[in-house]
Amino acid sequence: MTAAALPPSAPTPAVSRFASASQWQLVWWSFRKHKLAMLGAIVTLMIYIVAAIPDFFATTDPSQQNARAVYHPPQGLHLFVTEADGRTSFRPHVKQMQLRRDPVTLAPIYQVDPTRTIDLRFFAEGYPYHLFGLIPTRIHLIGSTDPRQQIFFLGSDRLGRDVWSRILKGCQISMSIGLVGVAMSLLIGILLGSISGYYGGRIDFVIQRVIEFILALPTIPIWLALAAALPQNWPALLHYFMITLILSLIGWAQLARVVRGRFLSLRTEDFVTAARLDGASEMRIIFRHMLPSFMSHIVASVTLAIPAMILAETALSFLGLGLQPPVISWGVLLREAQNIRSIVTAPWLFAPGAAVVVAVLALNFLGDGLRDAADPYNK
Amino acid sequence: MLGFIIKRLLWMVPSLFAVSFLAFVLIQLPPGDYVTTYIATLAASNEIVDRTAAAELRARFGLDQPFIVQYLKWISGIVLRGDFGLSFEWQQPVSELIWERMALTLVVTSSTLLMTWAIAFPIGVFTAVRQYSIGDYFFTFLGFLGLAIPSFLLALVLMYVAVVLFGADVGGLFSPEYQTAPWSWGKVLNLIEHLWVPVLILATNGTASLIRIMRANMLDELHRPYVTTARAKGLSEFRLLLKYPVRVAINPFISTIGWLLPNLISGALIVAVVLSLPIAGPLLLQSLMSQDMYLAGAFVLLMCTLTLVGTLLSDILLALVDPRIRFD
Repeated sequence: MTAAALPPSAPTPAVSRFASASQWQLVWWSFRKHKLAMLGAIVTLMIYIVAAIPDFFATTDPSQQNARAVYHPPQGLHLFVTEADGRTSFRPHVKQMQLRRDPVTLAPIYQVDPTRTIDLRFFAEGYPYHLFGLIPTRIHLIGSTDPRQQIFFLGSDRLGRDVWSRILKGCQISMSIGLVGVAMSLLIGILLGSISGYYGGRIDFVIQRVIEFILALPTIPIWLALAAALPQNWPALLHYFMITLILSLIGWAQLARVVRGRFLSLRTEDFVTAARLDGASEMRIIFRHMLPSFMSHIVASVTLAIPAMILAETALSFLGLGLQPPVISWGVLLREAQNIRSIVTAPWLFAPGAAVVVAVLALNFLGDGLRDAADPYNK
Repeated sequence: MLGFIIKRLLWMVPSLFAVSFLAFVLIQLPPGDYVTTYIATLAASNEIVDRTAAAELRARFGLDQPFIVQYLKWISGIVLRGDFGLSFEWQQPVSELIWERMALTLVVTSSTLLMTWAIAFPIGVFTAVRQYSIGDYFFTFLGFLGLAIPSFLLALVLMYVAVVLFGADVGGLFSPEYQTAPWSWGKVLNLIEHLWVPVLILATNGTASLIRIMRANMLDELHRPYVTTARAKGLSEFRLLLKYPVRVAINPFISTIGWLLPNLISGALIVAVVLSLPIAGPLLLQSLMSQDMYLAGAFVLLMCTLTLVGTLLSDILLALVDPRIRFD
């Protein structure tokens, strides 16, 4: 379009670059200008890297209990030490803490032992795990030089399990449930949304009423009731998929609405009419001509739907009707922080909540940026 | 206008029917039925129920009949006699357990709605008028944060802060002396004193999105020619804002009740569990945990009905304010 308006003799290099760019390139250029969205994209990428290989970043086996380190406070990571001769040298370590008992209440009291430190090493050997679930290895990003010494970057819970490692492991489930749930919603949403928007008429009317009805329902009570009906003795993996399915049973409505809206506005576009006059089949029109031109909108809506899924799973698991331990998700971890006594003793149990907030913020920023960039011709 | 209201009211009939059907399906979903659970509880206390007694119980509750018949019995009991069935866990009619809690749920959600509006409206207008000012960025950031923090986490943090800093427990809706007392002025005042904590927590999420909607609507209107005309006429900036762009921008504001209310009911459920408020949420959760399905079904039905009625009200209100919808 831009190219046609230009005088054919002297297209400036910058303009020709825009004129010949593909839609995805335009989306990318427009997205790149959005600082917060770029930050969101980077953080999201990092979170998904962690979700792919949580054990590599973990320091302790997430389900390992330690009766001698109950409610252990967080140990800060120090990178440098001051040597005896006053020089500073690079030696990552944490301060060792000593366990004492309160003589009256027997509550554990941890005191920093200034004389002793636990030295850390990058790419240290730790507990065995499978990288990407395939490659057996013992290498972790960081670990103590002495494998018998446990370190707690974010403290430990009531069973002495390492909160840091558990959050990383929970990242895997929480983030993947967002992806899988949205994928399922998208499947239903695109199917019904495109039928509704493409055919219009009575089918559209019925589907729209169903969507309005679903959107008018309070989600959590229905999710809870559905989740409560799941048999408790099902294997963890099946349970996980059923929970995801339950979440997407309601989640599809919003996506279907977006898809339908785009279909309706595109249906009367000239290029669709042209394709139809050319004798292209319905399938070809939908998939070859219409879908690519609103793909970017779908991507944006999907990105904004993932945090909603994550929050839903967190809420459900927090209430005890979502995922069940020993499966670790951020919601399951937050159950530990449910009663006021344990969070007063161990405020670091809020840490999984911070992880949820960071992940949701990052995805929201990313989605917002994508939504703004989704229509590059509209500038 | 009357035609619109009648049409909208008629739409409620299939919706309410669908909701009641959904609630009944949820009641029926868990394996086994009321009698199986009842026998299990009796067996736990070493009482043995023989097969004929079980069959008699089933016949008494109509559990041996097909699904549709059971549904019709259940719903006609509710509509005609206000009878929601029996809660097996409490050994009481469900209707005796739910009404006070539903009323308090209504109090909490409606005051949250008012609070959300009261906060979001001025901030939304402000951030639009002073676009890209420090205040705008501050509230935009706050809004994003409000969207990202789950309400139950906020409730937990607030509870923690209250205990650590003030040594106070912010849970509950009443002081201990009023908890079981009959309703009186003192109890109402006590309720109002306790109400602000859950209301504030619940309002954050809705406020965040409402501010963004209000801001976007205002920005659409602020550069319209009619605003310039009004300014050229010499209208003071404040009156100008309230008289023209705000009136147009407020329309989608009203329609938000439709989606805000379902979110509020959902959010109130979790926050109520954390803060142990005597509203519908905690009892619903407990009934689901113990598979006390008639109680759970009644709550699901009433909560859904509440949001449907809320959506209805917002639609009618919107038609009153916006003639374009009325004459559509």
